[in-house]
Amino acid sequence: MSPGHYVALAVILFVIGAVGVLVRRNALVIFMCIELMLNAVNLAFVGFARMHGQVDGQVAAFFVMVVAAAEVVVGLAILMAIFRARRSASVDDANLLKY
Amino acid sequence: MTAAAVLAASSAESTTTSVVFWVLAVVSVGAALGMILSPRAVHCAVLLAVVMLSFAVLYLTAGAPFLAAVQIIVYTGAVLMLFLFVLMIVGVSAADSLRETIRGQRLWAGLAAIALLVLLALTIGHATIGPAAPASLRYGAGNVKSIAVLIFTRYFFPFEVTSALLITAALGAMVLAHRERLTPKPTQRELSRLRIAGAHPTPLPGPGTYARHNAVDFPALLPDGSPAELSVSPIISGRPGAREAVSEALREAAGALPAGPGSPAHPPGPVAPDGEGTDSSGQEAPPS
Repeated sequence: MSPGHYVALAVILFVIGAVGVLVRRNALVIFMCIELMLNAVNLAFVGFARMHGQVDGQVAAFFVMVVAAAEVVVGLAILMAIFRARRSASVDDANLLKY
Repeated sequence: MTAAAVLAASSAESTTTSVVFWVLAVVSVGAALGMILSPRAVHCAVLLAVVMLSFAVLYLTAGAPFLAAVQIIVYTGAVLMLFLFVLMIVGVSAADSLRETIRGQRLWAGLAAIALLVLLALTIGHATIGPAAPASLRYGAGNVKSIAVLIFTRYFFPFEVTSALLITAALGAMVLAHRERLTPKPTQRELSRLRIAGAHPTPLPGPGTYARHNAVDFPALLPDGSPAELSVSPIISGRPGAREAVSEALREAAGALPAGPGSPAHPPGPVAPDGEGTDSSGQEAPPS
C-alpha cells in the first residue's frame, strides 16, 4: 500500500474522533475520542516514515504514545476527582466556572 | 471497497498487504463510527479496542513491528484497561444521554467535521505523497535496532524528558486520586456494634440460594418458598435494564404462591433500615 492510503485513513479517523469530541457528553467517551485522534496521527506518522525510508516518524509515533499514556493517567485521575465531587461523568455538570 | 481492493491488488504491491489494509480500514472506520454513535461507554471502549488492534496490524503492514507491539501492549493493554477500570468505578450505568443539550450542536459539529475533512483532504491532496521507499532492513528485522539507535542518539534529550513527564504524570495521578479521610477509620469493635444494632446481624442471603438457578440477579428462596428480595444486590436490581429481569425472576420464583412482599430492594449493610421487619436470611426464621 502506498503511504497515501495510510494518510487518508488517518484523516478519516481523525475527523471521526473530532466529531466524537464535539458531540459526546460523557467525559470518558470524550477521552476515548481523543485517543482515537492521537492514534490517527500515529498512523500518519508511520505512513510518512514508510514514504521517506527512515524510522524517524516511527520514533515520533513512539513519543506520541508515551505522551498519550501520561495524558490518560492524569486525565482519568481528574475525571475520578470530578466524579467524586459531583457524582457525574457528564461534561455538562462541570459548569461551576460558567456563571 | 471491493473494487478498490481489486484495483489496489492489481498494482505492484503485494496482494496480501492490500487485502489486509482494506479490510482493516473498513473495520477500523466502522468501529470508530460505532464508537461515537453508541450510547453506552462500555461499548465505546470495546470498539476503541477494535480500532487499536487493527491499527497494530496496520503498523505491521507498514513496516513498524516495534510500534505494533507497543500499540498492543501500551494502548490495548494498559490505556484501555485503565479506561475500563475508571468506567467500572464511575458506573457502567452512567449512560450517555444522546439528547442534545445545546441547541444546534449536532448540526454545527457536523459542519465543523465536514470543514475539517475538506481542509485536511485539500492539504494532503496538494502535498505530494510519494510511493513507499524500497523495502529495507529498517522495516523488518532491524526495526527495533534502528529505532533504538535513533532514540539514543538523535532523540536522546526528548527521550530523557519523557521520563520526567512520566514521573510527573504518576505523581499527579496519585495526588488527584488521593482522598483525605475526613472521619476516623471505624475500628472492628465499632463495626461489630453497628452490625448488632442494625436490623441484620447476620450476613445477607446470597442470591439464588434454594432457587432454580444461582445467577446474581436471581433472588434466594425463603423456607416458605417466597423470594427474598434482600438477596439481590440493589446495584443489580436498580439497573434500568435489569429491573424487569429481577422482577420477572421474583415472579417466577414466587410461582403459584400469592404475591410476595412488594418492598423495594434494601441497601445491604449492617445499618440498613429494615422497615418490613422480614428476616430473609435464608434458613432462619420464616417471614410472618
